[in-house]
Amino acid sequence: MTNNSHYALLDKKDFIFKLHNMLEKGATAPDFELNATPDQKIKLKDFKGKNVILAFYPADWSPVCSDQMALYNEMLKYFGKYDAQIFGISVDSVWCHLAFEQDRKLHFPLLADFEPKGKVSKTYGVYDDEVGESKRALFVIDKEGKIAWSYLSPTAVNPGADGILDALEELSKK
Amino acid sequence: MSTLKPTVSEIDHVQGGNSASIEIVEFGDYQCPYCGNAYPILKEIEETFGDQIKFVFRNFPLQESHEFAFRAALSAESAGLQGKFWEMHDALYENQYRLADDLFEELAETIGLDLEKFKSDSELDSTKEKVENDFESGIRSGVNGTPSFYVNGTKFDGEATDLYQMLKESTE
Repeated sequence: MTNNSHYALLDKKDFIFKLHNMLEKGATAPDFELNATPDQKIKLKDFKGKNVILAFYPADWSPVCSDQMALYNEMLKYFGKYDAQIFGISVDSVWCHLAFEQDRKLHFPLLADFEPKGKVSKTYGVYDDEVGESKRALFVIDKEGKIAWSYLSPTAVNPGADGILDALEELSKK
Repeated sequence: MSTLKPTVSEIDHVQGGNSASIEIVEFGDYQCPYCGNAYPILKEIEETFGDQIKFVFRNFPLQESHEFAFRAALSAESAGLQGKFWEMHDALYENQYRLADDLFEELAETIGLDLEKFKSDSELDSTKEKVENDFESGIRSGVNGTPSFYVNGTKFDGEATDLYQMLKESTE
């Protein structure tokens, strides 16, 4: 009995920790280095001076018309207007990303948060331990490397891009 | 809650009652199979509710995923310049299964357009701009896939069948 209640308490603490874990506006975006292709690594800090959009998502190969990455692929010129570079991030491997990019004709990098699995997603507080995938979360990072906006979407809902564009517009007014 | 930006205006293609109390806006892609499935249901909605609803279509072509989507949108807009937007809209969905390079002119002929004008209008920058402005309005309104529906300016999270059900309940 004692043991059970002890675990229950741990669970609760863990749950509260998870709720407050996601990095939010004002925080410095933790640097990372992830593979975009088998022989190309992307370092976040190399993008200082540019706005960066990080789109964490659960997995490659979701149905096409409602696919978040397919939507962002159509929007690159709008992101470009705000001097912003977008990266998709999931725990899929570089080879999986490569096949997905080719199949969907994606024109922006997908980063593989593959080894150690989900490390960057965890750093940003958007890793789902139970399913072992990234949550569906968006970050807009300003030119100085600070998080300007973040949003956690229900996993089943594609969050669209209006929030990203609003955040970029806000930054362009500064 | 995502809302429609900008609101419906005279540049939009509108069907149904102009003073209707229910305004439905669809963001659609002529090559998207889900939009193709929604098409007959929307027709049924329009028949059932008649002048009680106003139906608006805005273009949201996913041109990287669907190779004919953008051209199809241009064709509908070009037909619109001859007062036959809805005829082309319907023809495109009814023939979605055989979308191909030569289909657009065939449909233009079938619905009785001036073919030369149709071809030159399809090339106009202003036609392209209309489609792109629709797309941008979709993004700003929070469109996250096609079809996306807005009812009286607010995003409706559901499919065409859910929309039909909701309308039935709300007009009872």
